[in-house]
Amino acid sequence: MTAKVQDNNQDEEVTRRNFIYVATGAVGAVGAIQVVWPLVDQMNPSADVLAVSSLEVDLSAIVEGQTSKFLFRGSPVFVRHRTADEIARAEKEDNDDLKDPEKDSDRVQKKQWLVMSGVCTHLGCIPLDQQGDFGGWFCPCHGSHYDISGRIRKGPAPTNLPVPKYVFLNDNTIKIG
Amino acid sequence: MASKKFEPTNPAVKWVEDRLPIMNLVYGTLGAGYDAPRNLNYWWNFGSLAGFMLVVQILTGVILAMHYTPHVDMAFNSVEHIMRDVNYGHILRYVHANGASMFFVIVYIHILRGFYFGSYKSPREILWFLGIIIFLIMMATGFMGYVLPWGQMSFWGAKVITNLFSVFDDLLGTDGAIVRLLWGGFAVDNPTLNRFYSLHFLLPFVLAGVVILHIWALHIPGSTNPLGIDAKGPQDKLPFHPYYSAKDLFGLGVFIMIFGAFVFYVPNILGHPDNYIMANPMSTPAHIVPEWYYLPFYAILRSVESKLFGVLAMFGSILILFALPWLDVSKVRSLRFRPLSRFFFWIFVVNGIFLGWLGQASLEMEVFMGLTVFDFGQISTAYYFAYFLVILPWVSRKETPLPLPTSIAQHILDKNAPKEEV
Ligand code: HEM
Ligand code: FES
Repeated sequence: MTAKVQDNNQDEEVTRRNFIYVATGAVGAVGAIQVVWPLVDQMNPSADVLAVSSLEVDLSAIVEGQTSKFLFRGSPVFVRHRTADEIARAEKEDNDDLKDPEKDSDRVQKKQWLVMSGVCTHLGCIPLDQQGDFGGWFCPCHGSHYDISGRIRKGPAPTNLPVPKYVFLNDNTIKIG
Repeated sequence: MASKKFEPTNPAVKWVEDRLPIMNLVYGTLGAGYDAPRNLNYWWNFGSLAGFMLVVQILTGVILAMHYTPHVDMAFNSVEHIMRDVNYGHILRYVHANGASMFFVIVYIHILRGFYFGSYKSPREILWFLGIIIFLIMMATGFMGYVLPWGQMSFWGAKVITNLFSVFDDLLGTDGAIVRLLWGGFAVDNPTLNRFYSLHFLLPFVLAGVVILHIWALHIPGSTNPLGIDAKGPQDKLPFHPYYSAKDLFGLGVFIMIFGAFVFYVPNILGHPDNYIMANPMSTPAHIVPEWYYLPFYAILRSVESKLFGVLAMFGSILILFALPWLDVSKVRSLRFRPLSRFFFWIFVVNGIFLGWLGQASLEMEVFMGLTVFDFGQISTAYYFAYFLVILPWVSRKETPLPLPTSIAQHILDKNAPKEEV
């Protein structure tokens, strides 16, 4: 009986120590994370980089059948003035076997204006205009073929060329970003 | 392998040694106190050559850093300033640029020496791991260094390689957060250049630290040797100094002549002319290629028609080296006694060089019988992995090795004995 009581006492002692031990460790761990986080987070885009403004594009300067490139946040954005033929082709190919299925109508606000990122979704090269097996864009770096809607059709790139946020300010001007 | 102790006779040296036994450390590592197998051939020269190149790179690098400006508007011009205005600047830069290539040639030979003579086998696995870590750090350092001149290849190489990490964004659904963390922006830009400069300066010193661990680990069992059998006693060994210090120095002399030929006669042959065009984020060069020493791995990346698996295959092709000690189960180290393994090894070497060639060719180009660079890339990548995952495990179990010599000393006696029957 006595022995048991002593045991209990001992157990209690051990438990209290354990608690302090774990609590100290926990505080130390939280402190360590608080120190490490700023060391990592400083790598992220800084405030001035994040503050980059939007970009306005004058569409009237782009003739039918032409693609213009604009530098936005350090990377090119393509703005293509598509011909009627190209629009028809893009819509017809909606039913093809697409790697990253997306309807052409979901990729444009006005059919003749295709606005999209000019950065290959594989590893970031700039695809060449009006080349490749699908009459759209071709990335020479590792051979990705995009169609006239900017959808990936062949090659290592996993997804379509993304469409950035933009609005029509009037018929002839868009604002990207 | 316990080394002999350094016993200074000069009282001043003894006074220092009693307080900091640093001479003893050098004596036991590179001096007469370290006994190495007596039959090491010139393939054992490449470790010390690699050490020499590390020193050359650090020395020239620190000097270049005194004249270089890490800013997107000025980096390219500051390199031209080094080339044209700084006294001896062009030589220092050419030594550093070609030095990186030489460093890689040496380390590739050093690694393949390990393959051929089974240096990765017990008890040298940790030594082998440290070697692979050295190789990985070298690759990171070389890559970031190439970005610094801010030419077209610098920029687009940086973009493609950092984008490799976007597969992790794709996997985790983090929408580019990891890549933005690497870039410090929305594209490769000034913050990227600055951090690469900082890390390119730092990593060689980390490398120096790992090399010290590498040599420490080497000195536990000591070097293996071309026969792959353990050195058993003093009759099998020679003191490092003067025997191997002299042999290594001779090799160093030959190497410096080759190195000098590149630096003084064809300093740009290993570089890409497009890197003398300043970086332009609006136009990708028609044909981007990494530095030659990454080409085999780049070819593996390009041979897999899936972004995720391409990137995994590329990283995997290096990380698989860590498993080598367990993929090759043969008890016999040296391929001298394993003819079948030796055959597959040489195919592996030729295949690796071929992969390097494929890495710089354009994918659609036809090579042979209607097969393109892309098709051959797939075949060669398959062999690369099959060598580790199928051939080595299988052949090392099935092959009956040739009889091993009883000892290094005996082997030398037999070789030098007058031939009776002739
Ligand atoms: C900066 C790069 C490196 C330096 C300075 C270096 C240095 C050395 C030196 C001085 C030796 C002893 C001499 C010799 O056996 O050649 C050695 C041995 C060795 N190294 Fe390296 N090394 C480097 C990279 C590597 C790499 C990348 C690997 C493998 C992935 C590697 C694997 C080995 C092995 C396995 C040995 C023991 C060889 C034997 O005794 O048979 N080393 N290293
Ligand atoms: S970056 Fe476009 S295919 Fe690789």
